[in-house]
Amino acid sequence: MDAHHNIVRVSDVTKTFKMGKVEVRALQGVSLEVKAGEYLSIMGPSGSGKSTLFNMIGGLDKPTSGKVYIDEVDIAQLDAYELAWLRCRKIGYIFQTFNIIPVMTALENVTLPMVFAGMNNDAAVDKGLELLELVGLGDRFQHKPSELSGGQQQRVAVARALANDPAIILADEPTGNLDLSTGEEIIKLLKTLSRETRVTVISATHDFKMLNVSDRVVWVRDGSIDKIEERDELSISVGQIGAREAAATGGRTE
Amino acid sequence: MMTEKYPFEQKSDAGKGPVKRLVVLPFRKSVEISFKSIKARFFRSMITTLSLVLAVSFLSFVYVSNDAANGLLAADDPDLRQSLIQSGYDLAPGADRVDSSPKQRWIAILSLLVCAVGIVNAQLMAVTERFREIGTMKCLGALDRFILRLFMLEAGMQGLAGAAIGALAGGLFALLNAWFMFGAAAWVHLPGVVVTGSVIKAIGVGCVLSLIGVLYPAVLAARMQPVEAMRAEH
Repeated sequence: MDAHHNIVRVSDVTKTFKMGKVEVRALQGVSLEVKAGEYLSIMGPSGSGKSTLFNMIGGLDKPTSGKVYIDEVDIAQLDAYELAWLRCRKIGYIFQTFNIIPVMTALENVTLPMVFAGMNNDAAVDKGLELLELVGLGDRFQHKPSELSGGQQQRVAVARALANDPAIILADEPTGNLDLSTGEEIIKLLKTLSRETRVTVISATHDFKMLNVSDRVVWVRDGSIDKIEERDELSISVGQIGAREAAATGGRTE
Repeated sequence: MMTEKYPFEQKSDAGKGPVKRLVVLPFRKSVEISFKSIKARFFRSMITTLSLVLAVSFLSFVYVSNDAANGLLAADDPDLRQSLIQSGYDLAPGADRVDSSPKQRWIAILSLLVCAVGIVNAQLMAVTERFREIGTMKCLGALDRFILRLFMLEAGMQGLAGAAIGALAGGLFALLNAWFMFGAAAWVHLPGVVVTGSVIKAIGVGCVLSLIGVLYPAVLAARMQPVEAMRAEH
């Protein structure tokens, strides 16, 4: 398999939500290709449709029209079992609100996807401990989420996302509920993982700290792609972050 | 190669031949998860189960009281028969069995019905509270029936524990009651096997009730799309 095949392909996707009698077009024809091993950020103000796009890519929601391909498989064609399998083995999810299962310990949270994948218990526990070690929580595996800080919970979520060696990690505002320095640590962690394991990282975010580590940035505004910038273009424009931020929040549609 | 419909098989399971793309949750693991879930929310589970305990204990009380009275009747002693009639049992001359009166049956059915409604209500709340957890599990690859199974198992365990406590308490109370009214004769003529059967019957009714109560909330939870489930709380 060559390193540059498209792991995700989004083709002319639209999504319409019905809010009572009003129809809201959250996405109006988005096309996007993501290469294997890439670190991609989807940037945009809140309400721009980036979370909707994120849900489409993750197979969490169905587009109104258009197609989403993961590894060149149209996910609209998958039945419930195949979709569950895709979520379990192919994609690791990280959420803004961490979504660690509250009644389980850190280790149980990390091993759960492996249980679903049919791994036996001992192997799952070994790998779970290894992953927690990797994210720097090796000694906290017995702790419940309520005993962990936000940053630590997000680390557990990162370890859980890696449980079944997914091809893609989808992160929806992974730093949204974290303070500056903790957010930075999570971003660094994601970047390290993407470099070392060649996993594709796609994150929807409006955190400008993400710009520095992204290979490509997709700017979304009002439900369509504004522009796509490559790594080398970005380094020039880092100085203009302040201006961009002003433009992004100024153009907010809420 | 990547355009056929099942390209996933070859990659992660390379070398092991085509492995079926299955998501699994072993039964033992589901029991473990459900049990932990009850333990973590012990107080709430207890409240949910409390109405079941009361309804089942009433049912068991009615059953066992009748069993005790039947035991006394079977002794064929005119004195005992007289004291049975005095304590309110409706005995026609020559009748050799006591059955639950229509009134008793009505009250039992009503209490069970109220209890079932209570369980549905409590379980709906419990499920709503856990939408995010359900959505997360689905994102990790859980199938609808895993969620359904987890909730049914939880309800089954709660039902079994609650019904057992209720049935034993109700039965014990009925026996004490019989002892006070008829003295030691109630113990002497007690049909042990029948009483045990009645208690088991009451436990069974309690379990079934608990499972029926959770069915609708659990189906509702299991059918949710992950995005809806995670958005619901906000």
